[in-house]
Amino acid sequence: MITTATQPLLRFEGLGKVYPTPTGPYPVLDNINLQVEQGEFICVIGHSGCGKSTLLNMVSGFSTPTAGQVLLNGRPIEKPGPDRMVVFQGYALLPWMTAYENVYLAIDEVKPDLSSREKREIAVDHLAMVGLEKAMDKRIPQLSGGMKQRVAIARALAIRPEVLILDEPFGALDAITKEELQEELLQIWNTQKCTVLMITHDIDEALFLADRLVMMTNGPAASIGEVMPIDFPRPRNREDIMEDPKYYELRNTALDFLYNRFAHDDVE
Amino acid sequence: MTTTSPNPTSNAAGPLLWWKRNRKLILPPLFGIAGFLLAWQLSASLGLTRLPGPLSLFTEQRTRELLLYPFYDRGGLDKGLFWQTMASLGRVAQGYFLAAVVGISAGIAVGLNKTLNRAFDPLFQFLRMVAPLAWVPIALVIFQKNQPAAIFVIFITAVWPILINTAEGVRQIPQDYHNVALVLQMSKKTFFTKVLIPSALPYIFTGLRISIGLAWLAIIAAEIVMSGIVGIGFFIWDAYQQNYVSDIVLAVIWIGGIGLLLDRLMAWIQSRISPGQ
Repeated sequence: MITTATQPLLRFEGLGKVYPTPTGPYPVLDNINLQVEQGEFICVIGHSGCGKSTLLNMVSGFSTPTAGQVLLNGRPIEKPGPDRMVVFQGYALLPWMTAYENVYLAIDEVKPDLSSREKREIAVDHLAMVGLEKAMDKRIPQLSGGMKQRVAIARALAIRPEVLILDEPFGALDAITKEELQEELLQIWNTQKCTVLMITHDIDEALFLADRLVMMTNGPAASIGEVMPIDFPRPRNREDIMEDPKYYELRNTALDFLYNRFAHDDVE
Repeated sequence: MTTTSPNPTSNAAGPLLWWKRNRKLILPPLFGIAGFLLAWQLSASLGLTRLPGPLSLFTEQRTRELLLYPFYDRGGLDKGLFWQTMASLGRVAQGYFLAAVVGISAGIAVGLNKTLNRAFDPLFQFLRMVAPLAWVPIALVIFQKNQPAAIFVIFITAVWPILINTAEGVRQIPQDYHNVALVLQMSKKTFFTKVLIPSALPYIFTGLRISIGLAWLAIIAAEIVMSGIVGIGFFIWDAYQQNYVSDIVLAVIWIGGIGLLLDRLMAWIQSRISPGQ
């Protein structure tokens, strides 16, 4: 059964997670099956509490499955590592350092064998990709939310991960900054072709960015309800895809899934 | 003519303007202190208390000499207040340095390790409640000599706030920073120097600042009980034995002043070193 040529980069096999609670075991995720090819951009959507973050935590290695497994290049994921870099929800930048120092530190830790000159170049290049050439010597507290998120993305991509994991990266940003960052993220992804797993609450964001949209059913024991391919040609242009009649077809499918078929039950 | 006039006038009004802006900050403390000294002097002059008033610092010849000549040194214990203070500060420096080293290292260990914390926290909470004076006889029994006993008393008084604050600072490191370290598979050394220390630094400095005041309080307590050493604490005890009450008043003013200086110094270092968060 060795078929390395066609082996997907990531494979979720019967993945499940049960949390022990004082009132008995609570199943968060149940029987998740998915294959992700190298270079794919996957968005995950679902109502809050459906276990999206738990799902990605089992890819990043912060959480271990209680059933099944996630395979990266055929090997089960056991612990966090720089091949699966995370852009954390709260940015997780070190505030006593400058933007540049934050990025440099990551490169220095992950690729200690590079010369300091190479490391410096990588750091500056990636900060430039997110438009921070001028602000890179500022300390983190002096940066706006959008700029902090840019630094976090630059740091994540500078270490060249195989999988980039983003947990609602643009949720806290204003609409304009959000669109700018989405475009920058797509541009960098186009040049690096790393695999992206991204949690979002925003259907339009997913339609603009993703190759496939993974829609989760509600918890407990949430699972993948439907995987919707989004095959707009790349490079994408926001105006163009929004004029495409297919955009509304896909949008309605997603809305229908979230608000009719798996409407959030507010009464607990 | 009209165009050049604003400059000289604003210059002339400079000090006056400054005074107008700042007098609300300067006058109340001046009035407060003057009022306190006046009440004290009156109560002494009217014979309400046996404590000599502030004027006795000048009227008593021996006290006046101590006040005006802090640098004299006639050998033995007969030294000016500057040398007495320096001797005490030297002991504080040694005990405090020891407390900082032990407090910060133990604090980091306890902050990182939950089991260690559970094992020792009750003990720390108990020991930190023991007053400096109570440690003096214990220290004398352990060390048998005045000098190391005094340093031990400083150490044991100053170490707890440093230890407890450092441990808290380490516990308060956001989970996000731990996660970053995990994803990057950061080495222990890098985590320590680039994440742990800078993150806990504000807490460590809070502990250091509380402790410098305590260390200074403790040295007085320690020296008062230990006889025959040069130091401001023993100076007070000696003056009391010989009924030189105005000398005590003068020494107390020195002690307060030095304590204030130490606290300001730590606050200044804190503001320089603490990272902008």
